[in-house]
Amino acid sequence: MAKVSKKKGNKNVKKVVMSVEERPPVNEEEEEEAGMAGAEGDIGSSGEDEGEDERKRQKLLQAISALGGKRKKALGERSEAAVDMSEFSVNPEDGPGKVQLSDLMGTLEKTPAVPAKTRKLLENLQRNKKTVDSPLSKQETERIQRGMAFQKAASEVSRWDSVITQNQRAEQLLFPLNQEPAGPRPIERLVAGWKAQTPLEQEVFALLSANKQPFTDPILTPAEEASVKAMSLEEAKIRRAELQKARALQSYYEAKARREKKIKSKKYHKVQNKVKRKGLLKHIEQMIKTDPAAAMQELNKMELARMQERMSLKHQNSSKWAKSKAIMAKYDEEARKAMQQQLEMNRELTQKLVTSLNEEEEEEEEGAAGEADVLPDFVNDAVDGPPNPWMKGKLTEEPTKEQANDAAPEAASVSAAAAEEEEEEWAADKTEEEALLREFDCRRKRHQAQESDTAGSIFQEEMTEAAAEDSGASDCDEEARSEFRSISRGGEEGFKATEAVNCADRTDESAQLEERLIRIRTVEDLECLPHEPSAQPRDPPTTKAQPSEEKRVGKSKKKKGIELKEVLTKNTNIIKVPLAPIGTDSEDPEAKVDQKGLIKEAFAGDDVISDFLKDKRRQEDEGKPKVIDLTLPGWGEWGGLGLKPPKRKRRKVRSAPPPPRKDQRLPTVIISEKKNASISLHQVHSLPFPFENHAQFESCFRSPLGRTWNTERTVKKVTKPRVVTQMGAIIDPMAEEELLRNKDAVARETSSVNSKKKRQPLPITMFFSRKKAHLHRGL
Amino acid sequence: MLKIPRNYDPSLHPFELSREYTRALNATKLERVFAKPFLSSLDGHRDGVNCLAKHTRSLSTLLSGSCDGVVKVWNLTKRECVRTLQAHEGFVRGMVVRYCGSSFFTIGDDKTIKQWNMEAPGYGEEEEPLNTILGKTVFTGLDHHQKKGVFATCGQQVDIWDEQRSTPIRSFSWGVDSFSSVRFNPVETELLGSCASDRSIVLYDMRESTPLKKVIMTMRTNTLCWNPMEAYFFTCANEDYNLYTYDMRYLEKPCKVHMDHVSAVLDVDYSPTGLEFVSASFDKTVRIFPKDAGHSREVYHTKRMQHVICIKWSADNKYILSGSDEMNIRLWKANAAEKLGVLAPREREAVNYSQKLKEKFQHYPQIKRIARHRHLPKNIYHQRNELRVMKEARRRKETNVRKHSKPGSVPVVSEKEKHVVSVVD
Repeated sequence: MAKVSKKKGNKNVKKVVMSVEERPPVNEEEEEEAGMAGAEGDIGSSGEDEGEDERKRQKLLQAISALGGKRKKALGERSEAAVDMSEFSVNPEDGPGKVQLSDLMGTLEKTPAVPAKTRKLLENLQRNKKTVDSPLSKQETERIQRGMAFQKAASEVSRWDSVITQNQRAEQLLFPLNQEPAGPRPIERLVAGWKAQTPLEQEVFALLSANKQPFTDPILTPAEEASVKAMSLEEAKIRRAELQKARALQSYYEAKARREKKIKSKKYHKVQNKVKRKGLLKHIEQMIKTDPAAAMQELNKMELARMQERMSLKHQNSSKWAKSKAIMAKYDEEARKAMQQQLEMNRELTQKLVTSLNEEEEEEEEGAAGEADVLPDFVNDAVDGPPNPWMKGKLTEEPTKEQANDAAPEAASVSAAAAEEEEEEWAADKTEEEALLREFDCRRKRHQAQESDTAGSIFQEEMTEAAAEDSGASDCDEEARSEFRSISRGGEEGFKATEAVNCADRTDESAQLEERLIRIRTVEDLECLPHEPSAQPRDPPTTKAQPSEEKRVGKSKKKKGIELKEVLTKNTNIIKVPLAPIGTDSEDPEAKVDQKGLIKEAFAGDDVISDFLKDKRRQEDEGKPKVIDLTLPGWGEWGGLGLKPPKRKRRKVRSAPPPPRKDQRLPTVIISEKKNASISLHQVHSLPFPFENHAQFESCFRSPLGRTWNTERTVKKVTKPRVVTQMGAIIDPMAEEELLRNKDAVARETSSVNSKKKRQPLPITMFFSRKKAHLHRGL
Repeated sequence: MLKIPRNYDPSLHPFELSREYTRALNATKLERVFAKPFLSSLDGHRDGVNCLAKHTRSLSTLLSGSCDGVVKVWNLTKRECVRTLQAHEGFVRGMVVRYCGSSFFTIGDDKTIKQWNMEAPGYGEEEEPLNTILGKTVFTGLDHHQKKGVFATCGQQVDIWDEQRSTPIRSFSWGVDSFSSVRFNPVETELLGSCASDRSIVLYDMRESTPLKKVIMTMRTNTLCWNPMEAYFFTCANEDYNLYTYDMRYLEKPCKVHMDHVSAVLDVDYSPTGLEFVSASFDKTVRIFPKDAGHSREVYHTKRMQHVICIKWSADNKYILSGSDEMNIRLWKANAAEKLGVLAPREREAVNYSQKLKEKFQHYPQIKRIARHRHLPKNIYHQRNELRVMKEARRRKETNVRKHSKPGSVPVVSEKEKHVVSVVD
């Protein structure tokens, strides 16, 4: 035991030596601690005096040896780290360069700077006899290391999750992944490494260099290049599409305006103007809330118009035209109407907009008084008293309405409401277009201001949605198809190792090749291929599972047949169910009777059996050959009423009777013989794997793919191949950039979603803009 | 071209389903008739072709190494050998082209790694390697890093080499004494996988000092190949006639078992699109599997092709190259019925349409029957039937045992779980 402890002590001391050599004064404390620990061993007992003695002795020895000659001294000082560090061999005690613990302790005692606390701590350590845990075995540490490394690698690899799932779901995959963007490449990349050789070229280059034009350097300055790089191809495309759309809309709008301008009908323009004004009024109310400055401007404009009108009284009947009309008005209905309209205009113009009610009333009174002054009586007849609301509204409507408005105000109100609606529609149409253009405008501004990609993505979103709406008819089937795709892919995605075994087996079977010894060389060979058994309708697996059960079923069937025959011989009002549940009826007769009674009660009203018999008879009749009369009256004979063709020419064809029906002797069964065996060969008999129900499967076949039934665009869209590769292009493995690109795409998507949320307050305009896009594409 | 007004009123174009069905049926038949996958065979080797290497930058260049130590460089467009060199004594065990395509490495039974220039030496110059490294043991597998001047070899251990040094910068060993193949992950380029003779597949990270994990299977894995588009999937070719696709994060059971071969699978290579892979087998056939299907979609064989030892899928996803025992390299189409060369736009549209039709009606019995028909050589056919019978018998026995024993005492073990013995970390 003592030996062992001694060894340990030695070792510790040696460690101290090493540490001293390596990093002398950095952390004294540690060394001291180590030294203390070592002191537990053999040196613990030795005091500092002894240590000093030792050192003196060594010095003496050294001095003596120095006297002897140089060589010896050199030998004495030489030390090998390897020997010091060896853990197998014990050093001789007087090994060179040994630092005793006492040395360290001595300094500690001497220096007053060392706080008492540290000293105490050291003493405590000295007393503490706990040893450090032995290190884990090599295998154990390696296993831990491996575990750590694997965790790290797995997490690193999992970064690709999103890319992989995205690719699995993608409608189309384009390879190679990082295709060079199409379009012209910058010239400097093309002529890299090209030198002027001919004298002409040299001359040109000399000229260029004289004028300090860049020719070897990139033609674009770094700033320019950065700006080129700032917008990726996709963004640029989106931007371009947006601009294109805006331009198209603009031109569309302009064309419409021009067309409208060309219309000569004054009536039309009047209506338009009025509608515009009304729209503006309505708009102003909104604008006051949203954009007060603009609203104020509009109001000012209106105020100005009012002032002008009041000053000039242009629409009063002071003008020459009005006077002439006033003369005509006595005899001419039209003239009267025109005057009324003008007055209406005046009233509208002079009306104060945002005023208190009193003022309005005052003004109205005033206006009425004014009119009363100037107007002849017959005009007032029509206007009578306070301004007629109906007159204000739709003077330009059919005259009948106008005539009726005094007599039947209710009916008029209804029609007026309708008219108003119409008007609103007009307004809506107008405002919608304007809103659209405005939106584009502001978006453009926004683009210029910050060049943010979010706007582009919003637009893209809109575009795609619009496209989705656009596809219209083919939409539903597209959905169905995508559903199918997702299903089938879902089936494939079962990579996550959760699939049930039998399920997997089923897919495998469906995918398996039909390998035979026959070679196919021509189409005829294909016809000769043996028909697989699976083409026939497969029996459900339960039928052959339990023979005993089958027997039972057979028995019960037999029994039931007899029962039913009995039933048929009796009168039809006694009701028995032709198909009672099989499992229960042979078990206990009492229960059966109960059940029967119950069913009898339930179906007491309807006469199932006679219905069935009727049905059967009808089917039999249908199957019977029919007599076809093939005589052609009047053919080779005299024709006319009451003439009968001769007997020899009466040709009636009766086709041969069909083979007896299969259900001839089965009174309770109808066996339909319409089924065609040759068709069943081409029919799908069981639901294929990725589908969950029949409706899903059938939805795949709801719409045809070919260009006989679809437009060119739809066909292209529908028959897009899933994988597209470039001819002669090397497809490199996926690189890190793909990950970044994917991240970008995801970020853009999320940002677009966010911005969409932000844009919530203007859902109507969005809707209209989409509608417009759709319309435009239709053109 | 005149714009012809069309009326798409469905009442004018009746029987759409039946008409399209007929078209689909015809398309399927034509596909089978035109399925001629074999393009040519490159002969010139005087011993079995033991390894193939694709050029990383040129589609038309192929390298092949044979069992007598000869390496040949082929021009695929001309279908001729452009260069022959005696690289090693004994087998050429592995060959790989550097990522830049300027040189290639070979390893042989003579315990050397040699680096060769891709360009042939000038007239009168001798064929000499750029660099030769003498190893202590035989190397059996070789692969190069995707982007760095680092390559990996395997033999008694897996070594990572720097091209500039003559000693490996890292060696991994984990209690096994021989590895048959090592492959770098092309996506996560620092990861490697290797197949060991103790029936295990071991994963490594080049940056770590220890291997990551290993999975021990019931039989030995010959080679593995990483999916070039999906970082964590790899497929391994096993001696038990099957291929297994693993997710490297979950080695407890493969995510797909691909069966159809009737003998040991010797080599596997992914298509560059990562959607399919091709396998070469000792049963003298080449099969193409979709990456997530349990059975092959195509089987290639010829009368004269013997055991197929190595297989490669060309980098443009169009061709498959197989090297076999009887000294030939064969060039196949990846899609048997595909028309090669430039397609006119209308032609392309027609192809796309018929493809979609085939997809749409794939579940119809007649179409399925014709589309799935393949010719097999007699012996493989019978062997396959035999295997099927054996499998069925085993299954039946298992169900019987289960039926007659205490419930729960004979658990159902899925096909996926059956082949994994244990995962060691």
